Amino acid sequence: MTDSTVRTRRRNPFAGLSFGAMLLEARAFLALIVIFAIFSLLAPTAFPTLSNIVVMCQQVSVYAILSIGMLVVILDGGIDLSVGSTLGLAGMVAGLCMQGIKFGSVVLYPSVWVVVIIAVATGALVGLVNGILVARLNVAPFVATLGMLYVVRGLAELSTNGLTVNNLDGKPELGNTGFDWLGFNSLLGIPIGVWVLLVVGIAASLLLNRTVYGRWLYASGGNMRAAELSGVPVRKVKVRAYVISGVCAAIAGVILTSELTSAGPTQGTSYELTAIAAVVIGGAALTGGRGTVRGTLLGAFVIGFLAAGLTIVGVSAYVQTVFTGAVIVLAVLLNGIQYRRRRSAAKSETPAPPPASSEPTGDMTARSAAEETVA
Amino acid sequence: MSSENAVQRPAAENAVLSARHIVKTYGATRALKGVNFDVHAGTVTTLFGENGAGKSTLMKILAGVEQPTSGTILLDGEAVVFADTNDARAKGISIIHQELSLAPNLTVRDNLFMGRELRNALGAVDYREEERQSRAVLSELSNEIEPLMLVSDLRLGQQQLVEIARALLADSRILIMDEPTSALSATEVDVLFHVIDDLTSRGVSIVYISHHLEEALQITDYAVVLRDGTMTATALAKDIDLEWIVRHMVGDDFDLGSPPSGYDFGDVALSIVDVSVADPRDPNRLLVDHLSLDVREGEIVCLYGLMGAGRTELMEAVAGRIPLAGGEVKLKQHEVSKLTLRERLAEGLGLVPEDRQRDGLVQTMTVGQNLSLSSLSGFVRGLFISRSAERKHVNEAIQDVRVKTAGGAAMIGSLSGGNQQKVVIGKIVSTGPDVLLLDEPSRGIDVGAKAEVFRLIAGRARAGLAVIYSTSEVGECLSIAHRIVVLRRGRIAAEFPPTVRKEDIMASSGEAVAA
Repeated sequence: MTDSTVRTRRRNPFAGLSFGAMLLEARAFLALIVIFAIFSLLAPTAFPTLSNIVVMCQQVSVYAILSIGMLVVILDGGIDLSVGSTLGLAGMVAGLCMQGIKFGSVVLYPSVWVVVIIAVATGALVGLVNGILVARLNVAPFVATLGMLYVVRGLAELSTNGLTVNNLDGKPELGNTGFDWLGFNSLLGIPIGVWVLLVVGIAASLLLNRTVYGRWLYASGGNMRAAELSGVPVRKVKVRAYVISGVCAAIAGVILTSELTSAGPTQGTSYELTAIAAVVIGGAALTGGRGTVRGTLLGAFVIGFLAAGLTIVGVSAYVQTVFTGAVIVLAVLLNGIQYRRRRSAAKSETPAPPPASSEPTGDMTARSAAEETVA
Repeated sequence: MSSENAVQRPAAENAVLSARHIVKTYGATRALKGVNFDVHAGTVTTLFGENGAGKSTLMKILAGVEQPTSGTILLDGEAVVFADTNDARAKGISIIHQELSLAPNLTVRDNLFMGRELRNALGAVDYREEERQSRAVLSELSNEIEPLMLVSDLRLGQQQLVEIARALLADSRILIMDEPTSALSATEVDVLFHVIDDLTSRGVSIVYISHHLEEALQITDYAVVLRDGTMTATALAKDIDLEWIVRHMVGDDFDLGSPPSGYDFGDVALSIVDVSVADPRDPNRLLVDHLSLDVREGEIVCLYGLMGAGRTELMEAVAGRIPLAGGEVKLKQHEVSKLTLRERLAEGLGLVPEDRQRDGLVQTMTVGQNLSLSSLSGFVRGLFISRSAERKHVNEAIQDVRVKTAGGAAMIGSLSGGNQQKVVIGKIVSTGPDVLLLDEPSRGIDVGAKAEVFRLIAGRARAGLAVIYSTSEVGECLSIAHRIVVLRRGRIAAEFPPTVRKEDIMASSGEAVAA
């Protein structure tokens, strides 16, 4: 047999990581800094003030929580188009619970934390249905969650025949006041919504990086077949990903409802697209297996700060839409460049064997070439 | 034995296609080391050789898929260079790959004209003319295939005929067939051979590659044997026999180890009882046909068989990846047939899959994350994975299976094929299985890495692991296996001790008849 043991000098694996590559890696963070700098210059009195930053963060937190749920599903290689509707339904459930739950002649007024739990459970239920459709009944994620987008939105509208629930204050004698706390109060000068985002973000980060579930999720998204053969319960992982997404959407829905002091059935319409955009800008791959919470948060802040800045500068909403779209396309282009670079870097180390070939000639090359880089 | 050492060179002047001094290198590896090869008008020329001998590389060069590093190709005596497959096809050379390249969702007609659709005066596709031509060419090959049938409704053999029809429509004079019979039933093989006869009588030349030596010898006019990128022998088929081919094919062996000895086998670790696996495309056809096999602790069993013999299906069914059509699997006298793959792995039954890129590795993760994927639950402290426990496990596994890597944090794609394979094996072995199934563990890795992989498996067996590994290279049967089981059409055709001759193994697999 031909033995190819030509070993040349070891190459430094980081030798190829130029300044350009570093810029590429940190692009979402850089974009955020650039956006902040530009609007600070354009509107020095309005944009970089503490109060404006607090307001912007509060606005972003709803999208960001939604995006984290979306990230989990995208990491698994799926997509969840129903989150905007789930947000709306969870808000309606919360609003209606504040009006009291009728059991025959008895009306129950649950306290606020019970209302929140019921709303979040609603989101989890929607996610569970999504998960079962996708993982057990093998419906394509796009189609399953598109269907659920309509079903859930319809349910939200049906719950009040399209009317908005306005009175969310509760009554002191019923012990259900305080719903507005989520949307209006602050802790240490930071709005509650941002605190919730912080908690959700840290929890998600720990989940993805430190738990078995997180590893299973990355493995399933990276190579479903290999994960399954390694003993990963890939279907269970998938179902849970959609449940997590539903829960995140419901949390976002509760916060938004509290901020708006009303629950409207059309709340959150098209928010799913913003969430996907945030995940993509954050560098995650729609094919699954790649992406981080940090990137997704940056993506959400890029979108949020861009929109707020453009509004402050006085750019029309139509132009804003164009800008947002351009940023998304740019992000996807950069993602493509990054993954191609990574792949070609891996390829220059290990040229893949011709897949159709049963003869290992290509692999032999791979070995000899790869040994250059390997200790 | 007239042609003992005679590298008989049939007269070159009537060759339609000649390759002269073809060299092909991939990096530092020389896949072809100056091969001469002739194809004569209206004849069948068969290339014989083991996996890795360079057959497919040579065919890819002749079909324009790859360019030779040096050497010339003569078509009708004139030097030609093929830019790509389309160029080669335009010059009359078509290749039919092992994996068919048809679009199953389209009709036969649409497939036949794919990429070169006929246009009518308005610029639209002239379906009527396409259909007429399709019907004409198909009628020569088969009376069962209609132009408007969907390709997905055709049997594999029929799909192959569609590929041949496509080549004929392009007026190919030279048709290269890479393992065309591996997935065909006996009657379909007869049909194919009939077609080949018919084609050659019309002046079409066939270049044929097959592992079914006996079968190939039936239809071929010329035999060419490749070994390690060199042509070792060529002869007229009428002058030679199977033994001649096998002798020139196999050559001397690299030492891949010997069966571990000096201990007694333990109890039966794995019991495969009357197991059947159905073909998912045709539930009435059994890919594994009521097969029974016991493996003891410390024993290494080699499964040998041709493509389509049922090796992969047997292993995947035992491991729980695909369902059983019948029978049961017992792990240490304990029925596991109802368990999922995950549960069987937890019980101590691990599978190392055949295709490590597709089924073995998660390319987006690091070496360490791949190695620990199957044993993660063992490092959980409270809610989280203990990083130190995981690191310890990964480092042990890297040492244990001797992965050459910069460390657990390196990306899996930076490893060579052999080291990637060791990661896949290490991942399963580190779960501490009692029974290990390895599907073609030596596929696509070089001979040094093969020896290491086998040494690793032998070491585990000595420690009490029951092992089944499969291979399609007969030389690898005679390495560390205590017992060689030959599969043929889903059944056990023979069992041999490690002292058996290669010819006997090949004979029982249907590959060749022992001389």
